[in-house]
Amino acid sequence: MVRTIEATRPISESIPTPPKIKVSLKINGDLKQLQIAPWTSLLDLLRDTLDLTGTKKGCDHGQCGACTVLVDGRRVNSCLTLAVMKDGSEVTTIEGLMADGKLHALQQAFIDHDAFQCGYCTPGQICSAAGLLAEGKAHTAEEIRELMSGNICRCGAYPNIVAAIQQAMSAMGGNS
Amino acid sequence: MAAYIGTPTSRIDGHAKVTGAAKYAAEFNAPGLAHASLVTSTITKGRIAKIDASEAMRVAGVIDVITHKNRPTMASRDKAYKDDVAAEGSPYRPLYDDEIKFNGQPVAVVVAADADIARFAASLVRVEYIEDPFVTDLLEQRDTAHEVERPSRPRGDAEAAFAAAEVRHEADYFIPTEYHNPMELFATTVTWEGDGKLTVYDKTQGVQNVQRYLVSVFGMKPDDLKVVSPYVGGAFGSGLRPQFQVALAVIAARALERSVRLVLTRPQMYGLSYRPATIEHLALGAKALGPLEAVMHEAIAQTSEYEDFNRNDVAWADQLYKCGNTRYSHKLAKLDVSTPSDMRAPGAASGVYALECAMDELAVALKMDPLQLRFVTYSDREQNADRPYSSKKLRECYRQGAAAFGWEKRNPEPRSMRDGSELVGWGMATGVWEALQMPLTVRIVMTANGHAEVSSATSDIGTGTYTIMAQVAADMLGLPIDNVSIKLGDSTLSESPVEGGSWLAASVANSIATTAEAIRKTLLGVTKTMPDSPLADAKPKDVMLADGKIVSKKDASRAIPIADVMRAGKLDRIDQKAAAPVKDDGKYARNTHSAVFVEVRVDEQIGVIRVTRVVSAAAAGRILNTKTAHSQLLGGVVWGIGMALHEETLTDHRFGRIMNANLGEYHMPVNADIYDINCFFVDEPDATINPMGIKGVGEIGIVGVAAAIANAVYHATGKRVRDLPITIDKLRRD
Amino acid sequence: MINFQYARPNEVADAVRQIAADPRARFIAGGTNLLDLMKSDVEQPSRLIDISRLPLKSVEETPDGGLRIGALVPNTDLAYHPLVESRYPLLASAIMAGASQQLRNMASTGGNLMQRTRCYYFYDIATPCNKREPGSGCSAIEGLNRMHAILGTSESCIAVYPSDMSIALAALEATVRVMGPGGERTMAFADFHRLPGDTPERDNNLEPNEIITAIELPPQGFAKNHSYLKIRDRLSYAFALVSVAAALEMDGEAVKEARLALGGVAHKPWRVEAAEAALAGQPANEASFAKAADIVLSGAKGFEHNAFKIDLARRAIIRTLTQAANGTPQSQSSKKIR
Repeated sequence: MVRTIEATRPISESIPTPPKIKVSLKINGDLKQLQIAPWTSLLDLLRDTLDLTGTKKGCDHGQCGACTVLVDGRRVNSCLTLAVMKDGSEVTTIEGLMADGKLHALQQAFIDHDAFQCGYCTPGQICSAAGLLAEGKAHTAEEIRELMSGNICRCGAYPNIVAAIQQAMSAMGGNS
Repeated sequence: MAAYIGTPTSRIDGHAKVTGAAKYAAEFNAPGLAHASLVTSTITKGRIAKIDASEAMRVAGVIDVITHKNRPTMASRDKAYKDDVAAEGSPYRPLYDDEIKFNGQPVAVVVAADADIARFAASLVRVEYIEDPFVTDLLEQRDTAHEVERPSRPRGDAEAAFAAAEVRHEADYFIPTEYHNPMELFATTVTWEGDGKLTVYDKTQGVQNVQRYLVSVFGMKPDDLKVVSPYVGGAFGSGLRPQFQVALAVIAARALERSVRLVLTRPQMYGLSYRPATIEHLALGAKALGPLEAVMHEAIAQTSEYEDFNRNDVAWADQLYKCGNTRYSHKLAKLDVSTPSDMRAPGAASGVYALECAMDELAVALKMDPLQLRFVTYSDREQNADRPYSSKKLRECYRQGAAAFGWEKRNPEPRSMRDGSELVGWGMATGVWEALQMPLTVRIVMTANGHAEVSSATSDIGTGTYTIMAQVAADMLGLPIDNVSIKLGDSTLSESPVEGGSWLAASVANSIATTAEAIRKTLLGVTKTMPDSPLADAKPKDVMLADGKIVSKKDASRAIPIADVMRAGKLDRIDQKAAAPVKDDGKYARNTHSAVFVEVRVDEQIGVIRVTRVVSAAAAGRILNTKTAHSQLLGGVVWGIGMALHEETLTDHRFGRIMNANLGEYHMPVNADIYDINCFFVDEPDATINPMGIKGVGEIGIVGVAAAIANAVYHATGKRVRDLPITIDKLRRD
Repeated sequence: MINFQYARPNEVADAVRQIAADPRARFIAGGTNLLDLMKSDVEQPSRLIDISRLPLKSVEETPDGGLRIGALVPNTDLAYHPLVESRYPLLASAIMAGASQQLRNMASTGGNLMQRTRCYYFYDIATPCNKREPGSGCSAIEGLNRMHAILGTSESCIAVYPSDMSIALAALEATVRVMGPGGERTMAFADFHRLPGDTPERDNNLEPNEIITAIELPPQGFAKNHSYLKIRDRLSYAFALVSVAAALEMDGEAVKEARLALGGVAHKPWRVEAAEAALAGQPANEASFAKAADIVLSGAKGFEHNAFKIDLARRAIIRTLTQAANGTPQSQSSKKIR
């Protein structure tokens, strides 16, 4: 039962989809020239077009943090970011955190402290934590908890996430 | 021998998860992959009068709009839709006909070149309905509820004993509908392999369950469809039954003969399954010291019009408290909603919440410390069948938990403990769950280079299955853990049940041991053929595999490297498949237990509640991995905090629609809600339950937590809130 | 989400021209609320005008000693700005009480003022809602209304404006600068948002062809005695049931000048100048604060599920004023109420 609706549909009647726009993005260090429809979120661009599926979709409405990536060094929800609006930006995803084949201190700390179970919120947690370290505003466990509250972990690994971030903070010479 | 079992081994899948390499159901690709988006019902009950997809079909890039009118052939008999863990009744059939059974039911699948186009086109599909009257409110249907089972036979005369008891407590408790809300959106990617063959990447806790379901619904040959699910982004029971996205994705793939991906939106997931709203009626009678005089527990839970879902909410007192007079009843009220399902500790999370709050209220009435009440009513025998436990270290949980918490410093008077503007409350409760084992087959392929591949069609939903399988196999085969690789989440692997009920660890670990034993026997057999074998006289029970050798247990110097044995036997590989026997002669009760102690701080003026300290001491047999098992307990406690304070599904019963079907207004705990949680296991050797003494830890962590919090809130404020969640407004309620 | 055009003007005047030319166009800056609404098909703009690169990102002192905040300054940048932290800590605190750090990194100052209600029915296009579809009816009045308004409600709408930042801006008597085809104008903050009345589809008094360019703060920042207390259903990342922004200028033990604004209770930041006036010259004690609270809440009306907010707001007002008077503002990371 193959359907051939595409072929039989009169072109004149069709409702067009938005024209794609040329966008350049530096993703995990690679400069990419892309053609992107305006309605495509940065999250869908990463997952569906670029096959960078480490960034997760948990709600698509900025309510869970699973899609957190770093744009120009700041943590944002990629689900509520239109990719075309980030033309010229640098995007770092979980796939871009390793350097020279070595895990980022946060990645190692998350393993050490069992700071995840199912692993689905984990890339977002780690990118969010990387953003938190860069901000330099969290010094106590209390402050880490508050500033990591935009990342929901349904498995309930929160205390281990805080411990992992504290470990990475000390490893990276920050204050904890 | 136990180099890995019992240690805090880090997850072997950790690297994949922290680097983003772990692939979940929506992350598999195929050439020409099409994307599907759903149109769901905006009415609660009735029929579809008309679906106008003409505008959607005009959108450039739309491939098709599939409805009940133009879907491919599906089975017509109910039986074809019954999966391994289906509830009693007539299962919902996605896109089968024009009947609407619940709000949010899928009515059309829009397939397009990309996901944005599919979503846009879905918004253009116009559906007209003929609406029927409906009911979605449990409280409205309470009186029509029908008794579905007698979970435990009545003993003595509970009514008379209750009436005659010196001290009585009787009350209704309420648990609202709660959603699993795993972080991963339910999703399926179907890849069209040609000739009608399909590979189905699905979010599920049971690849073989889904495989059998799809084969049956679509009348396919079993070999033409395989289900794959290497990583699952949380499930908590929501992935036990095949959910509608998998059937719909397969419908689309078969209709279009191409690869299709369907990712549900978060609101659409509220059309899947959930923990049912339940009214729990408790009546406890007691005298000053000694066993309970009477326990009566009645649950009234909601279910759908088309299936009866029920779990044991009411008979948990049989596992915990000495009492000669009990009566239990479980009723279901049918509503125009989707069928509920198992959600972490189904039955126990809700039923034990009510029981343990009632015990606390009874302790208040008795003017007795609630912990002391647990000791004086403690039962060393399971009450209903009057049988011993395979093991029950609940007393140790109480003792060690109370010591770690500092319970002896508790002032029993409500509102007596303060810290500045905050009232401090200490509460406790008991947890209990079943310790089950299911038939499960493990295959081990050991190669001469000292590598073993261990596989079974089970799943790892974050529980740590990969890691415990590797630990057990490494120890049983005497290999470094890095030489063991694990395969799971593939329906073509050896037989496994769905992963649920905390039964997987015991089932898979014992089966790995059984399979390893077969390998050991094979190796020992070969050694007999070797000249001057130091193991010539050895029997299978006399030898073990350790450090890459087969070695005598009595004399470690009598050993032969496994590689040498395999060479001698001209074996490139040893391939064994076996299942541990599952024996339960009913002589012993099999349970895990826990004691939970909680401190809350409640701002006296404002009513903000903070759970500042939790101690959870659990007895769960042998712990395979102290790190991942600890995480299971911890996660259970966080769930208990959500259950106690946050989680609630808000349905507007005028529309039959869930109004907070998202993660913004369906509140679950965030990092700031979670303070100090101290979880640990007490030592509980169990030589009876199964050869390895394993009980499972997935559910026990949540049971009792909400009750301990509710009891602590009462102790802090003097206010008893029996209907969850305990929100700020309820503390001020008259 | 529906099909839309995308444009990215480089100048404010150009942005204004573009919005004036298309009544169904919307500005987008951070996108945190608009895209959320578009994905729910609540907002269906024909065109998005990306203003995120317009030169409205600076925070500058004004000649009178106040502060001018560009409309596109991200929430976190504003909260962490040294001049805001030191001179307007109430504003910094209110910003940090809202949303999550990711969202605050994205959301703009002007966009925050334009944030739409979280009313369940507004978000669900399958249910009637006068705000979304004028004339269709209000589902909340006799429905699920625990999160809804207790003040300034109308028979057509009981929705709540969900911002935290704006509650502080109201208390600080900010001014909103807007640009339209006819040039620039300013609005007192109190005049920016509207009550629902019989036009709940209008959240504010910004004209469809106008753009917010800046928020201006007067010199007085109440840096010494202030507090922002937000009460919600979990300890972070949730909208307010009730929030209070309190700012005091003290004269010894007495209140010299008071500012008080409430969030989570009305269709706009709720400020009652009579209550503030009643505090002036009074001793900073519970009796004075309770009296002010009663003035603020006079006329409050609860619905089936939200009547608790009246008493909660009263207690929260007293507590926040106490925190402000004591110079112990509520911390947004410590969840213990001071």
